[in-house]
Amino acid sequence: MSPHLGIYRWQLTMTLSILHRATGVALSAGTILLCALLISLATGPDSFAAVRGFCASPFGIVVMIGWTWSLFFHLCNGIRHLLWDIGWGFEIPRAYATGWTVVTLSILLTIATWACVFTGGAA
Amino acid sequence: MSGGLPKHADLQTPLKRVRGWGSARSGTHHFTVQRITAVALVPLVIWIVWLALTLMHSDYTHARAALHHPVNALLMILFIGAVFWHAQLGVQVVIEDYVHTRWLEMTSQILIKFLCVIGAAAAIFAVVRIALT
Repeated sequence: MSPHLGIYRWQLTMTLSILHRATGVALSAGTILLCALLISLATGPDSFAAVRGFCASPFGIVVMIGWTWSLFFHLCNGIRHLLWDIGWGFEIPRAYATGWTVVTLSILLTIATWACVFTGGAA
Repeated sequence: MSGGLPKHADLQTPLKRVRGWGSARSGTHHFTVQRITAVALVPLVIWIVWLALTLMHSDYTHARAALHHPVNALLMILFIGAVFWHAQLGVQVVIEDYVHTRWLEMTSQILIKFLCVIGAAAAIFAVVRIALT
């Protein structure tokens, strides 16, 4: 934990840093659903229907929308981190520009994905 | 400063001081593997989102047939391997940063490793079953 966290003014960059961790942990927990889906698919129609039933329930849909955004956020911000790793984008204006791009893109991708789900598209 | 020995004047040898803190030359290994799995996951995540969307409204038979296809089965196995490896490395750092009780930290680290290996093995085994039957 950074020292003197209490005296920091809110900044986009630190929020994205915290969210990168939080979404990473959430996605790690989300692998349980991946396992459940694959194992049920290997087991048979009944168990697959049970896992699907959970996914299609209101609770399941809320969780999956959260996971979808987490996935897109972690993906976009992860690419931002990889660009930093090769030395690109450290200037403060650029760090903010890429930060807002990540926020916008992750929300748009989540909306687009769920628009496909609810309209039955991309099938 | 008064003379004499500094406060923690060491009667320890340099070797004694570094022992248990990891081998030299392996310090960047965690960093490197986390980046390599991240790079691998960029195309794999895009693929799995596309796959999930195409299968979203299909029934059991169709979903199973999709994973029976060798290309999808292979990509799924690669995704499982990369995702659990990347998750373990990431959660490890979170635990290192926030869990300061030694026994609890050790226990969590080992537990996370076990869970990731079990999850990966179970998921890969499921894919292999689907692919070969």
